[in-house]
Amino acid sequence: MMDSTFKDPRRANHSFTRRAVVAALLALSSFGVVIARLIHLQIFKREYFSTLSEDNRVKVEPLPPTRGLIYDRNGVLLADNTPSFSLVIIPGKVTDIKATIAELSQLVTISDNDRARFTRLLSQHRRFDGVPIRLDLNELECASFAVHGHLFPGVEIRAELLRHYPFREHTAHVLGYVGRINENEAKKIDKSDYAGTSHIGKTGVEKAYENLLHGEVGHQQVEVNARGRVLRTLNEKPPVSGHDLHLFLDIDLQIDTAAAMAGQRGAVVAIDPNTGGVLAMVSMPSFDPNPFVGGIGVTDYVALRDNIDRPLYNRAVRGQYPPASTIKPFIGLGGLVNKNISFTERRYCGGYYQLPGHGHKYRCWRRGGHGTLTMEGSIVESCDVYFYRLAHDMGVERLDEFLAHFGFGNKTGIDFADELGGLLPSPAWKQRVRREPWFPGETLILGIGQGAFLVTPLQLAAATAAMANHGHYLRPRMVATTRNPTTGNLEPTAINDHQIPVTNHYHWKAVIEAMAQVVEGPRGTAKRIRSPYYRIAGKTGTAQVFTIGQNERYNEAQVAERMRDHALFIAFAPVEHPQIAVAVIVENGRHGGSAAAPVARQVIDSYLLKRRSSSNETPATDEDSNGD
Amino acid sequence: MLVDLRVNTTPGLLGRLHIDLPLLFALLLLCTVGLAVLFSATDRSADMIEKQLLRLGLAFGLMLIIAQISPEKLRQWSLPLFVIGVIMLVAVEIIGDIGKGAQRWLDLGIIRFQPSELLKLAVPMMLARFFASGTLPPSLPRVFGAIVLTAVPVLLIARQPDLGTSLLVLSAAGVTLFLAGISWKLIALFLTLIGSAMPLLWLFLHDYQRQRVLMFLDPQSDPLGSGYHIIQSQIAIGSGGVYGKGWFQGTQSHLEFLPERSTDFIFAVFGEEFGLIGIVLLLTLYLMIVLRGLYIAARSQDIYSRLLVGALTMLFFVYIFVNTGMVVGLLPVVGVPLPLISYGGTSLVTIMVGFGIMMSVHTAKKSLPI
Repeated sequence: MMDSTFKDPRRANHSFTRRAVVAALLALSSFGVVIARLIHLQIFKREYFSTLSEDNRVKVEPLPPTRGLIYDRNGVLLADNTPSFSLVIIPGKVTDIKATIAELSQLVTISDNDRARFTRLLSQHRRFDGVPIRLDLNELECASFAVHGHLFPGVEIRAELLRHYPFREHTAHVLGYVGRINENEAKKIDKSDYAGTSHIGKTGVEKAYENLLHGEVGHQQVEVNARGRVLRTLNEKPPVSGHDLHLFLDIDLQIDTAAAMAGQRGAVVAIDPNTGGVLAMVSMPSFDPNPFVGGIGVTDYVALRDNIDRPLYNRAVRGQYPPASTIKPFIGLGGLVNKNISFTERRYCGGYYQLPGHGHKYRCWRRGGHGTLTMEGSIVESCDVYFYRLAHDMGVERLDEFLAHFGFGNKTGIDFADELGGLLPSPAWKQRVRREPWFPGETLILGIGQGAFLVTPLQLAAATAAMANHGHYLRPRMVATTRNPTTGNLEPTAINDHQIPVTNHYHWKAVIEAMAQVVEGPRGTAKRIRSPYYRIAGKTGTAQVFTIGQNERYNEAQVAERMRDHALFIAFAPVEHPQIAVAVIVENGRHGGSAAAPVARQVIDSYLLKRRSSSNETPATDEDSNGD
Repeated sequence: MLVDLRVNTTPGLLGRLHIDLPLLFALLLLCTVGLAVLFSATDRSADMIEKQLLRLGLAFGLMLIIAQISPEKLRQWSLPLFVIGVIMLVAVEIIGDIGKGAQRWLDLGIIRFQPSELLKLAVPMMLARFFASGTLPPSLPRVFGAIVLTAVPVLLIARQPDLGTSLLVLSAAGVTLFLAGISWKLIALFLTLIGSAMPLLWLFLHDYQRQRVLMFLDPQSDPLGSGYHIIQSQIAIGSGGVYGKGWFQGTQSHLEFLPERSTDFIFAVFGEEFGLIGIVLLLTLYLMIVLRGLYIAARSQDIYSRLLVGALTMLFFVYIFVNTGMVVGLLPVVGVPLPLISYGGTSLVTIMVGFGIMMSVHTAKKSLPI
């Protein structure tokens, strides 16, 4: 180092200036680097960052549509939407969920059920979706949380419209109900359609008409801040409410029908033969669907599920019973059409029937036999032997073919979810399912509606309506019209029908007259329900739940209550211009004539005789029908 | 040359008040811009603007008071200030308050004082005095002595831990050494040493500091956590484009996506609202202040003044570079404010005292007998 040279102040000054210039250049180039980086960010990647900035700022929020309403035939509201306030926790915004729930429980009551549901739902939700901890807050609780809400970041009150069924257990099996979308359903639905919607039709009409009832989701673009608070709406596509449904159902008739069935298990389906519209559909016992909407507690649900009377089970569309003697008019008609017998031809009933060459005795319900009977007599007195022989003469293929025209063995195709189709046994079916050949005796059993033959009350009612219509089979319908919320247009649901190939009008008239004599005739099995105001055509049935051995006697007293025969009754009235067709099944009711027929009478009375305050608004179908 | 200097010095009232007009004008312009951005960044918070105005007023007042002190007095105060500063750092180490999770503050009863701020001035003052007492360029033992003088406070501050301030103090010392004329070989040696010490330094970093460095390298690895600042500030700047979104129109800041938008990340607000053009103008203004400072340093007559003014000027530059570099994603996140624009008073006082010293030096030249 040459110290001496630098002691000269001028040299030192010069040296410092040089260094200062270097420093200035350093500053300049550093800023240059910063600006180069800014050019990169603000010019070359501007688009990219602008997009990110918009993504930050703008959130698309779904606007859930309002679910369509459901009305009965007289405009009575059966399913509406009522505001409900629930307390939700947004898991992504809460650090200690347990502690938060503990603190919340001092503000509003939180039951163990609430906690259990919360835990269950928590695993199914995304982090920034609200999970309900309490449903259906009352006004006081809402107010209380409104005051203290600021202490609970990530907890908010959510207002939503929840489905409400004002007629509760009266409509549970008729409308079905909605509930929260579960994992399986979430996989099937279109996610964007259901953005913002938490409920979906689970059963019945609610499920069958889900697409129409749901409506179309709307969207709004909102500007949000970093904490997700909505500051303003940028643009909006409003949701479209779901279609309203107007049912054929008459809620007063529905309630009267349930009253007629009070304390019993079973089902009643009433159909307007002119339209196929379901006027009443009762499955007893029933339940209140409203708790299912909010999310029913586990204990309440288990109590319903494990109830021995099975209230959740919709017997009207899923209950499958042997039609028993109610099938006899249909088989009789088949015999006439196939010319196996004429209406006036007499047959002898000695109390049992034997197949040629077989020892087995197929017994009539009357052990002494009916003596000599025409078809009318055998229907009126429900002679088994007459129909054993007729079935044998027709053969199982003819029998099945003819019964299938009335919808037996197939789902009716009603606009109602989860219907079952019953069972019309055939040799092919037996070979396929049981891998056994068809025995001739099974044809006989089929002839009296027993054996493997199963029908639902709905199928039976629809077949009865077809009988009343002289063979014009109308697929049963729940919904009469749907109302488009945008246009206000009422659109009738499609009629699906066919004509049963019985060309001779006399055949219909004869069999129907025989059915009328079941009620009107002095020997009729349902003569106790005869009405002075109109004529009823009907047929009783008694379905064996349990098989009696060859030489045993059926002793009712010894048979446990739940092993007793099911009582069945089909009917329509008035005979001359039918307005209502009914199928009644009373489980373990013993005799169709005593247990089921009176129910049908009450239903028909209610529909035909009770003049209701709203009767002048009753749809045209009641007044304008011509009877065929 | 002497004649030139005399002609150049400010005559009249401003001269007697020891005010450098170009510097004052540039600073006032900068503060005006700063207040405008702050007004937007705080979402029109009159309360915060009022507080910042008060701080600016006090800081400008302090600057003018410091400007009245002669460089000679400053030189005499250098050693005592340095010693007091180091003692205070030791005191913080022992009895320091917990402020913001780190020991930085010293509670003096009435005010809470951050001794490390004092050292930003005291270290260059001490080094300038130390070098001025000998010849330039400094001999090797003197350079070594200067390193020791710097290391003590820098290590004490780094222990607080306040990496940002310790780096600022270190850079102020480094600039002093550079301006003192140490050989390029020595500079190369220091840079090599610092470079090779980096992995060693990593071991001494706190977890949050390591996290910051890692996040700087890959902000997307934790976009909602540690990487959030970096990502959001780049979104703000990038979306501003060439012309910016306009005053008060920055969505990143007004919708609160940008954290610390009124303090350390206010540059991102500026970039979002005024775009590349605004930033170039702002950096030009900063550069003019830096050049003016270097000019004052070069024109001053004694070694002490030159080194001190040069060091303070470059310290001001380091502030700007570290802050802007951090906001645009060139440097890791270090808690360094954007001078005269960020909300807050601590570093503002330090910086304005520095400008007071520059003015003092610049206007004192006349009276210096050379």
